[in-house]
Amino acid sequence: MERLRRTMMFVPGNNPGMLKDAGIYGADSVMFDLEDSVSLAEKDAARMLVMQALQTVDYGDTELVVRINDLETPFGRPDIFAMVKAGVDVIRLPKTETVDDVLETEAVIAEAEAYFNIPHKTTKMMAAIESAEGVLNAPAIAKASDRLIGIAIGAEDYVTNMKTRRYPDGAELSFARNMILHGARAAGIAAFDTVYSDVDNEAGFKHEVELIHELGFDGKSVINPRQIPLVNAIYAPTENDVQNAKDVLNAIEEARIKGSGVIALNGKMVDKPVVARAQRTMMLAEASHLVDQEGNWHAE
Amino acid sequence: MEIKHTAIAGTLESSDIQIMLSKIEGPTEIELESAVEKQFGTQIRTLMRTILEQYGITNVKLKAVDKGALDCTIKARLITAIQRAIDKQNDPDWEVLG
Amino acid sequence: MLNNVQRELPDDLMKELRYQPFKTVEIGHPEIQRAAPKVTVDQGHAKLVSSIEAVIKKVGLKDGMTISFHHHFREGDYVFNAVMQILIDQGFKGLTLAPSSLTNVMNKMVVKAIKAGVVTHITSSGMRGELGDLVSHGGLENPVILRSHGNRARAIESGDIKIDVAFLGVPNSDEVGNANAIKGNAVFGSLGYALIDAQYADKVVLLTDTLMPYPNTPASIKQTQVDYVVKVDKVGDPEKIGSGATRFTKDPKELKIAEMVNAVITHSPYFKQGFSFQTGSGGAALAVTRYLRESMLKKSITASFALGGITKPTVDLLNEGLVGKILDVQDFDKGAADSMAITENQQEIDASWYADPNNKGAAVNQLDVCILSALEIDTKFNVNVMTGSDGVLRGAIGGHQDAANAKLTIISAPIVRGRIATVVDDVTTIVTPGDSIDVLVTELGIAINPKRKDLLKSLVNIPGVPVFTIEQLRQKAAKIVGQAAPLAFTDKPVALIEYRDGTLMDVVYQVKD
Repeated sequence: MERLRRTMMFVPGNNPGMLKDAGIYGADSVMFDLEDSVSLAEKDAARMLVMQALQTVDYGDTELVVRINDLETPFGRPDIFAMVKAGVDVIRLPKTETVDDVLETEAVIAEAEAYFNIPHKTTKMMAAIESAEGVLNAPAIAKASDRLIGIAIGAEDYVTNMKTRRYPDGAELSFARNMILHGARAAGIAAFDTVYSDVDNEAGFKHEVELIHELGFDGKSVINPRQIPLVNAIYAPTENDVQNAKDVLNAIEEARIKGSGVIALNGKMVDKPVVARAQRTMMLAEASHLVDQEGNWHAE
Repeated sequence: MEIKHTAIAGTLESSDIQIMLSKIEGPTEIELESAVEKQFGTQIRTLMRTILEQYGITNVKLKAVDKGALDCTIKARLITAIQRAIDKQNDPDWEVLG
Repeated sequence: MLNNVQRELPDDLMKELRYQPFKTVEIGHPEIQRAAPKVTVDQGHAKLVSSIEAVIKKVGLKDGMTISFHHHFREGDYVFNAVMQILIDQGFKGLTLAPSSLTNVMNKMVVKAIKAGVVTHITSSGMRGELGDLVSHGGLENPVILRSHGNRARAIESGDIKIDVAFLGVPNSDEVGNANAIKGNAVFGSLGYALIDAQYADKVVLLTDTLMPYPNTPASIKQTQVDYVVKVDKVGDPEKIGSGATRFTKDPKELKIAEMVNAVITHSPYFKQGFSFQTGSGGAALAVTRYLRESMLKKSITASFALGGITKPTVDLLNEGLVGKILDVQDFDKGAADSMAITENQQEIDASWYADPNNKGAAVNQLDVCILSALEIDTKFNVNVMTGSDGVLRGAIGGHQDAANAKLTIISAPIVRGRIATVVDDVTTIVTPGDSIDVLVTELGIAINPKRKDLLKSLVNIPGVPVFTIEQLRQKAAKIVGQAAPLAFTDKPVALIEYRDGTLMDVVYQVKD
């Protein structure tokens, strides 16, 4: 089954205290950063720290992502080798502009897997798109490798590239968000929205999450654990959603027991997209702690 | 193997450790100042010696100020300091790295 | 001998100090003969004294006597240091210091008094900093006796602590000793801990910077109890009385724990109309109060009372109608202190009313829910709030043992702090026995005391609150930080931890360096 990726929490790679606690806040994915949050003089230190943390700290079921440095810098290649060896789930490419960017990184990952005797394609990838060219190439980038689990929009660099800045209504990101979302959906992978850096502006953050939820993004990048429950609340299904989903899943179960090929609920056919949506709803309900182990509504 | 020059890694933030390696004439010395000396001092020194041995580093003075770092952090900072001291920051020895 | 929490107690010391070993958290119905103070009869025409030096002469303070102070000024106290400096200068010897607690601002002075031989015995709620360091390294010959706030009241009432002279700083008083703490320059609200001293000390000296016309009402301390009133320049620094306590935490880990604490409360059978609670101070406690407020609003539940040390957010709940009354033994911040003057339902209570086990029923016995902290908690749910992971005294019992008698006692603590595990096999020092503790809440999940099987049903299925055994949490902590080497102590006792009934809970020994 697909996994939930409502939140991807950014954690600076050179901060031992934050690395230690990154798993406790219930982020669906955690992204350890070796790139922008780490100064040039500390790239090696952050790489080693993240590598050791990945091998030691218990992060439970959290999906572990590392944002590496560009392969054109002296850091990109050792970053990949270290993270592949440490068994990271996903390597995130920064500033992806072309299909070739993905392929070059993939080649180094494959080389590292072979070098460390790790099964081919164990390490997944995701690509961050942060420029006009990247946005225009988004559909092709999303299909560039079957290691890709998703693509993300990185807005800070993108708006600079577009000669604008961030605005509360998000009009400046409208095209990019839709390109990335469509690229991701066409390739059958996840779409992540950008960070919202004003941590204390809860209302502004919620507004932006509502927008990207409506558009269809899988989730939001977060820079502070406090943002996680806010995202989860917006992605949480309603009691009604959960009841409908349970009805659908019960109908399937009944049909299975009866050996009936046709599934009907309230006189209507239940087709595949309806089932998929019901399953996702129940997954969201569980992750949002809205139902107990038996799937019964349990919210306050 | 002897280090090429003095190198330092880590910070004095809580949960971190700052480690300085410098060349000396005699056998390796460890000078540790730790917030958890009573509980973990011996373990930390043993860990440091083990890592230095794995890298075959001899004739160094290791000076460390520990602010309650976990073992994985101590290991990361010491390896970083070693790589810096032998000018191999971005060319780690993958065989030694556990 | 071993007591009922498996701590080895030195027989000779037990005999010398006539201690019984701790047996049970049940108090029962013992018959107690209380002590009464000696009263020097006076018509009250010349109580006002111009200086501390003069009053020391008038009260007849002698070497070897017991003196007391309260700690309501917290880190803004000027009275303690002013009096102690004079006692040192005048060369007193062998005094017993019996304050309600010792705050950091007093540490240097106590160290000085110990080194000068002025103070040879101490009983307190706790000690920290350089004083804790000195005592833990054997710097005081006689072991410190550490008592909870309720136990201090018990000990004073029973004569275990016989106070010869109480030096009580008050924000205002009239010339004959009617005083309260709700008006003046350094207001701290409730005089809760000091009221016992005023009632039981042979000589009671008030020190104030604000003289009020007679009769000064409302009078928390009354003229019938007071021997002398001393006018001083300043009793305290109002800015430092409530330093830091009311800042709402932004620490995501504290918030996560607070959220889970609130979930445990609201899913427990005690969360119903008219429930009562005590949350204490500190960022995490304030966060719990905020989450609890939201839950109370959502479920239309109001509390009958809030108890203990009070903060502004609790007063806000009162003003919002979410809490019926506040029983206030101490105020942790200016907001709570200031509100006492204007809020009818914020009732000042003394330490006995608050928490004394040996009276005819204390407020803690009516308490439903209580949230407490821990430096360490062990797999028997015993809690340490006294010694650090290095074995050095750095805490205070406060009302911990007392409030733990609530129907639902929750310990809220991170599973590790830095490289130090909070959940351990055996706590360094037992302060509150596991029998009083019901639930431990950490950022990773909760553990329910197996003695509270009845709680399992309501707490086992809370969404987002994983339930572990305490042993599992212990293992998780050890997995993060590793196994600490055992601490080394000498065989010299430096502090004795009493249980609230006056039995001996544990002994703190001198650390070996």
